[in-house]
Amino acid sequence: MTELFLLRHREIPGLNQLSTYIEHGGFEAWKKAVTSLTPEEITNEVKLSGLRGRGGAGFPTGVKWSFLPNTIWPHYVVANADESEPGTFKDREILEFNPFQFLEGLMLASYAVRARSAYVYLRGEFSQIARRLDEKIADLTRAGYLGDNLFGKDYSLRIFTHLGAGAYICGEETALLESIEGRIGQPRLRPPFPAIEGLFQLPTVINNVETLTNLPIIIGKGAAYFRGLGTEKSPGTKIFSLSGRVKKPGNYELPLGTTFRELIYTHGEGIINDVRIKAIMPAGASSALIPATEEALDTPMDYESVPNLGCALGSASVIILDETVNASALVHGTTHFFKHESCGKCTPCREGTYWMSRVTDRIESGRARKGDIDLLKSIASQMQNKCLCALGEFSTVSVISAIDNFRADFEARLEK
Amino acid sequence: MNQLLKKHPNEIESILARYPQDQKRAAIMPLLHLVQQNAGYISREAMSEVAEISDVDITEVASIVGFYTLFHDKQEGRIRVQVCTDIACEMRGAREYLLEVCREMGIKPGETTPDGLVTIEEVKCLAACDRAPMFQSQIGDEIEFHENQTARKTLDWLRSMMASMTVHKRAVKTADNGDGGSHD
Repeated sequence: MTELFLLRHREIPGLNQLSTYIEHGGFEAWKKAVTSLTPEEITNEVKLSGLRGRGGAGFPTGVKWSFLPNTIWPHYVVANADESEPGTFKDREILEFNPFQFLEGLMLASYAVRARSAYVYLRGEFSQIARRLDEKIADLTRAGYLGDNLFGKDYSLRIFTHLGAGAYICGEETALLESIEGRIGQPRLRPPFPAIEGLFQLPTVINNVETLTNLPIIIGKGAAYFRGLGTEKSPGTKIFSLSGRVKKPGNYELPLGTTFRELIYTHGEGIINDVRIKAIMPAGASSALIPATEEALDTPMDYESVPNLGCALGSASVIILDETVNASALVHGTTHFFKHESCGKCTPCREGTYWMSRVTDRIESGRARKGDIDLLKSIASQMQNKCLCALGEFSTVSVISAIDNFRADFEARLEK
Repeated sequence: MNQLLKKHPNEIESILARYPQDQKRAAIMPLLHLVQQNAGYISREAMSEVAEISDVDITEVASIVGFYTLFHDKQEGRIRVQVCTDIACEMRGAREYLLEVCREMGIKPGETTPDGLVTIEEVKCLAACDRAPMFQSQIGDEIEFHENQTARKTLDWLRSMMASMTVHKRAVKTADNGDGGSHD
């Protein structure tokens, strides 16, 4: 059994109570940071740790922070708690059961960029979680961990929650900023990047919940300790959300570099009814359908190895398909998802997701015309590299990989 | 006079305090949540009140209500049952489950029962993929997750909720008759 850092609450009951969290070393990193470390020292330690963003892009966190100019003030930090990728349910567990470690991480990130206000953007469906988080923030203010002149130093910090209202696109960081500012969630053109012109047109860091939850470990135990976990280029542990046709779906915190095989067969206890595994989607609905070959199963789940299979590790929402699942039916699901969630700003995505879903409708309902499989692939290919943000790009990945790897599944639908 | 401001002065003050003074429009979404929590949906009048408080045109507020799935501009069922049928849930029988619940309630996905109590709709991923089939209930702005469901379990829950609402309705009616006045 690997040691748990992010899901420590599974071993420590009541960790979502402030007193319990403090008893287990909570806010020691925070106190150490504010009283004896400079913001630059925090940033350096995080750079040394090699921590990479857990929201999907895998960008080095400390490097991201160092892009903020010290000539424009104030700075903001925004926690991205808009967890909406189909197959991802890790941040929800952290927010519900280990909220203080997440908040301590958010506070450390804020101190590192000298932000005095931080926002937590939660998807609208997490309204209960937001309410409880507001209570935790109030607890921290009462206990003197948040507020003015913390620990007698010239540093003040406030945290506010902001609730979305059901829009997958708001997980995209610039759409998220638009949403906080009281606009519809449509991504911005970049540059300027949020590090220069972010929230309220000011320098802003946006980090995922899981990324932030790693920070108290890194500042508390040191970068060297953190680097001892995971792989050389992907240090640390990661929460893998395992779902689909496995016997034991759930969140599993494992060192980066653990193989798919170990996740699926040791932790997930294998496939329902022990039938043959067919494909792996390592990054939720945004990922390719990777044929579950021996080689794929033995691939380490880290930021370097997974792309060799044809798609990114993303937020590590691993969806498993077995032989009972038809790839055409699955793509019918993903195209409808992206059609519904396309924000409508750029034409290739707005039109492309619509047309892809129309063609998958025809194929699934037995009304397919000759050449529809190739038409579907052609629409997807034409969208690639033309969309304003990753949503449109990602909508094409499952379509193309499914047709390339499981074309027979589509043809079977035509013969129906 | 802005009725919303009159009704919730403290909540609105604390919402506005979360954002810089020159960024009032950031309060639009929290204000809409406040409206929906109390009225169950967002009327045109409410949109214009939110617009006034956040210092924007009503069309800006209307576009936000239209864009975000969880904001409703019509009164539908008092209980919204939102079933995730996204890929991970579908692989665990969510569609069959949805159809069975709908059949028992005598409506199709997206429809409301004739008594106006229940709307059942299909929604996208709710981050509970390991505990499918599942649904979230939305009553006003109160959202609750219900995981590891069977149609039977959901129907039992629904019927008990519906019964309590009918009883409540009757009680309010009696009170109305009693004091002869209407509630605010």
